Amino acid sequence: MNSGRNLISRTLFYVTLAAVLLGFVFPFFWMIFGSLKPGVILQRMPPDWLYPPTLSNYRNVFVQTAFLFRTFNSLVLATSAVLAGMLLGLPAAHAIGRFGRHKLGFVILMVRMIPGISFLVPWFIMYRTLGILDSYVGIIASHVVLTLPLIIWIMIGFFEDVPLEIEEAAIIDGCSKWQTFLRVALPLTRAGIATAFILAFIFSWNHFLFALILSGPRTFTLPVTVFEFMTYEEIDFGGIYAAATLITAPIIFLVLLIQNHFVEGLTMGGLKG
Amino acid sequence: MVLPALVALVAMVGGPLAYTIGLSFTDWHISTIRPPGWAGVTNFISMFQDQGFFSSLWVTLYFTFGSLALQIILGVALAEFLNRQFVGKPVVRSMLILPMASTPVALSILWRLMLHPTLGILNHFISAIGLAPQPWLAQGTTVVPVLIMVDVWHWTPLIMLIAMAGMSAIDRTLYEAAVIDGASDLQRFRRITLPLIRPAVVVAAMLRLMDSLKTFDEIYVITGGGPGNASRILNLFIFDQGFRYFQMGYASSLVIFMTLFMMGLTLMLIRVRRGKWAR
Repeated sequence: MNSGRNLISRTLFYVTLAAVLLGFVFPFFWMIFGSLKPGVILQRMPPDWLYPPTLSNYRNVFVQTAFLFRTFNSLVLATSAVLAGMLLGLPAAHAIGRFGRHKLGFVILMVRMIPGISFLVPWFIMYRTLGILDSYVGIIASHVVLTLPLIIWIMIGFFEDVPLEIEEAAIIDGCSKWQTFLRVALPLTRAGIATAFILAFIFSWNHFLFALILSGPRTFTLPVTVFEFMTYEEIDFGGIYAAATLITAPIIFLVLLIQNHFVEGLTMGGLKG
Repeated sequence: MVLPALVALVAMVGGPLAYTIGLSFTDWHISTIRPPGWAGVTNFISMFQDQGFFSSLWVTLYFTFGSLALQIILGVALAEFLNRQFVGKPVVRSMLILPMASTPVALSILWRLMLHPTLGILNHFISAIGLAPQPWLAQGTTVVPVLIMVDVWHWTPLIMLIAMAGMSAIDRTLYEAAVIDGASDLQRFRRITLPLIRPAVVVAAMLRLMDSLKTFDEIYVITGGGPGNASRILNLFIFDQGFRYFQMGYASSLVIFMTLFMMGLTLMLIRVRRGKWAR
């Protein structure tokens, strides 16, 4: 009797679970499913659920647009923005973590709070005057504004977790502040640095608004490219599915690497303070 | 050691913001060759006479609080539902991370195709269960609810995973004691679970609030603010003023307003939270 009721409630649980998951995962399924569909049947409604899969949509994306070049742009941009963010952010995070986070930490939180459009208006005018619209330098600088606060906030927490005694011992042994940072604190927070690196990379890779205005034919990024598919005269369903799959795939891979820290990273240590 | 980061932030954030404050008192129109002229507070006055501004403010609040409320309710409910041992739990967790990690522009375009009135899969499903298909994105009554739905799809997992983390940290013996005292399921949830996960959920909700107020990608890609300006959130309104009509002066004063508005709202909430829950 009891085990019978148990079975019913277990079944009910898994059925509901499956429904919830279906809701969250369906768009991804639909994207990959559509990207492999031959063009002739792509827009047919009701949809064909069984079909001979083809890679022709992917081929078209690479042949008809500068997708490979844009991928290169996005890679260079995200990597440089993260590296610059690390270079500036790691020492800052260490100092804030050691000597009190309150005031500076707050300033940095503010930067995250202010909407991107607020920077974009003055940047556009500045960049136009300086002639750095459609240049790597300009876009990288704009993305450092995304990566830097993120890196600082994640790393403050990790640096605080390094036992103070270890760093004090290093100082007694004659290490300078910088040496303590480079030789002691950094090696001990490698896991944190990896998390911060991947998260900041994802933030930069996914970002659309800054590149939409500040980039040009020489520097267009992948999100701008994917958006372009939408603005053609005729909607290219196959191209959109394939391009969306291509831009999402590396992110999914990266997220699975750090999934345990992903949510903490998104809330940027907000849960701690 | 903080200096380099600070210099970078002043150059890229502080300076530009100060410049914007200056610009907000001018009538600068970037597509003309006329240099910017002093306009005093004209921009701020016309802002409060601008129908488009008020409608965008309304859309912002409607969208933000609508999706925030749904996300919190759904997120906590789903977390409570999934808060038990079952086969494949880690896989489920990873799957739930997918929506918030993937590129918003790509997923937004996908949603736009799925919401297409004749070629979209959503209307196909809806007619399959006997309801009337709708032009979701073309009518003022459905467009914001549909955008809220997309945002809920996108971000509910965040609240949910945070709530689940909070729940798994709750001491089991509390529930056992409550059962002995004769508490019902609902009472246990209301009196034990909810108070104990609240701090974490509140922080997550505040971050969601900040990000929701400045949503851009989803709305720009899915509706572009339309139909008419039925879904033109404040962010998009400023974008249009600045980069479609090139009214840099007016756009700057709107930027100042929005920044102050968001800071004010956030600081207020932080204060409320400190007062109520920090103890």
